[in-house]
Amino acid sequence: MKKTGAEIFVEALRHEGVKTVFGLPGGVVLKIFDVLCQQKDIELVLTRHEQGAAHMAEGYAKATGKVGVVLVTSGPGMTNIVTGLADAYMDSVPLVAFTGQVSTNLIGNDAFQEADNVGISRPCTKHNVLVKDVNDLARTIKEAFYIAATGRPGPVLVDIPKDVSTDKAEFKYPDKISLRGYNPTVTGNKHQIKQAAEEIMSAKKPMIYVGGGALFSDAADEILDFAEITQIPVTMTLMGLGSFPGNHPLSLGMLGMHGGYWTNMAMHYSDLLVAVGARFDDRVTGKLSEFCPEARVIHIDIDPTSIKKTFHAHIPIVGDVKTVLRQLNVMLRSMDGNPAEMRALRSPWLKQVDEWRKAHPLTYKQDDKITKPQFVIEKLYELTKHEAIVATDVGQHQMWAAQYFKGTKPRTWLTSGGLGTMGFGFPAVISAQKAFPDKLVVCITSEGSFQMHLQELATAADHNLPIKIVVLNNGYHGMVRQWQDLFYEGRYSASYLGKIPDFVKLVEAYGIRGLRAAKPSEVEPVLKEGLKHKGPVLMDIETDPFENCYPMIPAGGAQHEMMLEDPPELTNAKKGGTQKRKVDEGEGVLPA
Amino acid sequence: MEHIISVLVENKFGVLARVAGLFSARGYNIESLSVAPTLDPTTSMITIVTVGDDRIIEQIMKQLNKVVEVLKVVDLTETHFLDRETALIKVHTKPEHRDEAIRIADIFRAKIVDSSPTTYTIEITGDVDKVEALINLLRPLGIKELIRTGRIAIAREAIRTDSPRREPALLKT
Repeated sequence: MKKTGAEIFVEALRHEGVKTVFGLPGGVVLKIFDVLCQQKDIELVLTRHEQGAAHMAEGYAKATGKVGVVLVTSGPGMTNIVTGLADAYMDSVPLVAFTGQVSTNLIGNDAFQEADNVGISRPCTKHNVLVKDVNDLARTIKEAFYIAATGRPGPVLVDIPKDVSTDKAEFKYPDKISLRGYNPTVTGNKHQIKQAAEEIMSAKKPMIYVGGGALFSDAADEILDFAEITQIPVTMTLMGLGSFPGNHPLSLGMLGMHGGYWTNMAMHYSDLLVAVGARFDDRVTGKLSEFCPEARVIHIDIDPTSIKKTFHAHIPIVGDVKTVLRQLNVMLRSMDGNPAEMRALRSPWLKQVDEWRKAHPLTYKQDDKITKPQFVIEKLYELTKHEAIVATDVGQHQMWAAQYFKGTKPRTWLTSGGLGTMGFGFPAVISAQKAFPDKLVVCITSEGSFQMHLQELATAADHNLPIKIVVLNNGYHGMVRQWQDLFYEGRYSASYLGKIPDFVKLVEAYGIRGLRAAKPSEVEPVLKEGLKHKGPVLMDIETDPFENCYPMIPAGGAQHEMMLEDPPELTNAKKGGTQKRKVDEGEGVLPA
Repeated sequence: MEHIISVLVENKFGVLARVAGLFSARGYNIESLSVAPTLDPTTSMITIVTVGDDRIIEQIMKQLNKVVEVLKVVDLTETHFLDRETALIKVHTKPEHRDEAIRIADIFRAKIVDSSPTTYTIEITGDVDKVEALINLLRPLGIKELIRTGRIAIAREAIRTDSPRREPALLKT
């Protein structure tokens, strides 16, 4: 029996094991929505804005490892997901976005709600396709899921014209597909792995540098094994957090612009760098010409374009991180040397790293007047017993969360890294909670980022998801203000947010519980109460508007030249010195 | 350094846009571009002339390979290859220049494919040096219009290296 395109769509999703779709209806996708509401296997989460749907699908994919699915209409529906697609493309998030398109006979006529979906999304998707014939629909969907999830994952867009969703065809879902131009390398080259193993065994000051690729490759166990066999300290990029336990003795936490002093020093003085599913992003390397000057570089990545793109690699290994590390671990085990010997070889290096760690640990000074954001995150870390799925937005709070919330498990850290999309965190916790109804899911955000997707409060309330939103409310676009402090003589151009809504009242309007901590002494009770609450809750925490995030490698600076605290002139300014600050004029103070 | 890259792609709409977009998005130059179907009508060959240092060319090759519809990428500059370009040159010909134009075309074995009382249109096919040399010689006569196809290139038949008997000989030369 023949099926309509809409029925084929739903059937194909069922074959792919899709349980949840995030989206919003519109004219040309009505047929698909009509079929969706007549079945029970796939749940549609109705978002209030398409961008929210895209970030939810991303959050879902990051938390579960499965492909996230978006379904939106043509024209504005599609253009609204572009940020989500670009974000997913940068962070290699497997996503399939289905967009409606005007009927094939209208394409190109500037029809109502028409946009060149494939053209617009081309530079920010891994692949995209306009389906012109209903007979191609099932195969195209199969290919889309395959391309999104394999190799270096990424977003794939499938554009479905209205007549394709109503036309009929036999439903034939291919078991296997072969794409003649797409065949990612999975297994690493043996010769190169052997060479890598030899260098690893003899290195005196090695470092393992893990990126987000390790998480999508599901390689946490292999990394732990690799680090423990070789006794090499592990640092993670913002995207890689969670791939190695943050509280493991060999963990050096995050590296890069706001990474630990000890981490960046260890990187700088290392003699061997094992890069695992990472891409030497500028926020990691700082000034490239002074990055890891003494290190030999082994670079393991499934995407050949990541290798030698910005930084050289002496031993490139193209392959799936998990597979390659397994090969490598087998090789290392078979080589001479026992754990005791290994420990002895590494001990001077580990001691040196420890000295750096002791010399300049992460610090902040909490007094009883104004809450420091770091204090809130540390408390949250304690109270959640390290067992939460955490999503963040972008900016200072994100960096502090990365520094202080030392996640221990893969897929419990959801953040927008490459594109740095403010507004990512809140939709991401909605979908993560949807995927894991029984887990504790926390959004660490700020008043600036949070206001970018307020509309999804309705989505959270609708589904009565017990998400915990912690707003570090400092009244500023904090990271922008920090840069203005450091590089623009304190001229706070557009970083002061002015009127900030009363978040407690705001969420109450949606039937969501709101709590506020105005003083440091209120932080712990508020967090405790919020975490205990059964439904969705927002905790608005007033924090120091002028706290800056350190250590910091200034943009373009070398990784070993970190700023560890406010420079003296800025400290003086804060004490009412020479630097002109808006706050001195009565502006920029938080609403009472 | 200049590189000629052959990109075999699936003959589907949007593929050229994807390949061209890749160059513009990453700031790589396209000096010339030519596209046409191959013997197999499901594939097309894109010939791209580009400029870059080794690092950039390596990235270009990798990025091209990453495109799902790209089947094969070859940097012909690394092999022995032939390249050709065709140009159509419309030259002003005052009566006293008409003989000169024919002579120049003859020297280059170019063809006069159209003539009017005041112009000749000359067709030339050859490598870039030849095409440009002809253009330079015709310039003093006055070129009214010039159109070039962009370069296409093909690898010369590879010297067999898989036969063990040939190997020593290769090593010597």
